[in-house]
Amino acid sequence: MLRPRIIPCLLIQDGGLVKTVKFKDPKYVGDPINAVKIFNEKEADELIVIDIDATVNGVEPNYLQIAKLAAECRMPLCYGGGVSTVEQAKRIIELGVEKVAFSSSALDNPKLIAEIAAEIGRQSVVVVLDHKKRLLSNIHDVWTHNGTRNTKRSVLDVAQEVESFGAGEIVLNSIENDGRMKGYDIALSKKLRDSVCIPITILGGAGSYEDMHALVQACGVVGVAAGSFFVFKGPYRAVLISYPSARQKDDLIYSGLKNR
Amino acid sequence: MIKIIDYGLGNIRAFVNVYRRLHIPVEIAKSSADLEGATKLILPGVGAFDSAMERLNASGMRETLDFLVREKKVPVLGICVGMQILADSSQEGMLPGLGWVPGTVRYFRSVPELQTLALPHMGWNDVKPNQDSALFKDLDCEARFYFLHSYWFDCFEKQNVEAVAEYGLRFTCVVRNGNVYGVQFHPEKSHHFGVGLLKNFAEL
Repeated sequence: MLRPRIIPCLLIQDGGLVKTVKFKDPKYVGDPINAVKIFNEKEADELIVIDIDATVNGVEPNYLQIAKLAAECRMPLCYGGGVSTVEQAKRIIELGVEKVAFSSSALDNPKLIAEIAAEIGRQSVVVVLDHKKRLLSNIHDVWTHNGTRNTKRSVLDVAQEVESFGAGEIVLNSIENDGRMKGYDIALSKKLRDSVCIPITILGGAGSYEDMHALVQACGVVGVAAGSFFVFKGPYRAVLISYPSARQKDDLIYSGLKNR
Repeated sequence: MIKIIDYGLGNIRAFVNVYRRLHIPVEIAKSSADLEGATKLILPGVGAFDSAMERLNASGMRETLDFLVREKKVPVLGICVGMQILADSSQEGMLPGLGWVPGTVRYFRSVPELQTLALPHMGWNDVKPNQDSALFKDLDCEARFYFLHSYWFDCFEKQNVEAVAEYGLRFTCVVRNGNVYGVQFHPEKSHHFGVGLLKNFAEL
């Protein structure tokens, strides 16, 4: 049976690992390489690493750091942050990264997705959609640049568009749920699952295995990603990296999942 | 010496790292001369079928590889697209494959019942090997591996099917034809299951 992927999502700022709440107040939580080593030991399904400075500051991806992360990482790795050209994407793949994530660059120019997919393969092209509910409406808009620019386009429309241009996966990232640990936006996740035929990963809001179980029950085989939940422990948010064992995943997250 | 074939595709570094941790010596081969002394070959690959074949044909290693694999019977392990190009052909491209394992590579959605299947097949899935498979020797019976692909290897001969997995349909995920082995999943990214398989290949 294909299993939902349980994915830690690590944010990088100034070379260090940080965690935000609603995309704000980044708190330093440690060294990224050290975190990768711990997730290796815990045999995480996959890892997403996003450099949250690169696009906002308009700088090149930090290739040296990406190379170090990729060399250390013993699970599939997705890197995002500041990637806006075919050459940059190729270079990152050549460093030993499995997937490259795009946001603003792909949304500004969807043809770029097709060009990059032709070079590195569709399976390696991930589009991250940061979204926030529009005031007095049920539409969720896509935002870019760390949640500071509203594209004023519905996340479901954008998802279908990037799929048609050749995206291999969509990461749905809730700005309002980021760091809150109060559960995923399951209704929107389900709508996205029904709107596209490529793998999707849901990020933002996980605070317990029950939250992950609820997502899997509603959406089936999707990527189940979390930031805070895997780096904080207890009510005072002490930094302690954790990850479920294979047994915990089977018993607490996948239980009741129908074989598709 | 195990030689990892570097024709510009695939995560060569990841294989080197796995074998380094196992204290098994490996070398990267970028030219025909580098293949001298190969006792085992690893053929990685990502991306599209034709681009893999074009690069391999242009690498200057193609003839030597054919000689080593077909005449010298050096064991070879193809991985992901490196496995798919062992076939005769693929629905993904126009170029002929290496033809080391009889078969053709097919697109999941070319099967009428699977036209709405989510692709690529991405994530961790169970693998069911043949009982006597040397690649899976002493591996956990619940072995699971990381997959990332939209095409599968359809063997012409049943005897070449070494393991199967299920996604939409039961499909061949490991092939074997004598000294030629191929795995659709990524053992270099499959934690201890993958390490075990790569170790088994080294010890064949």
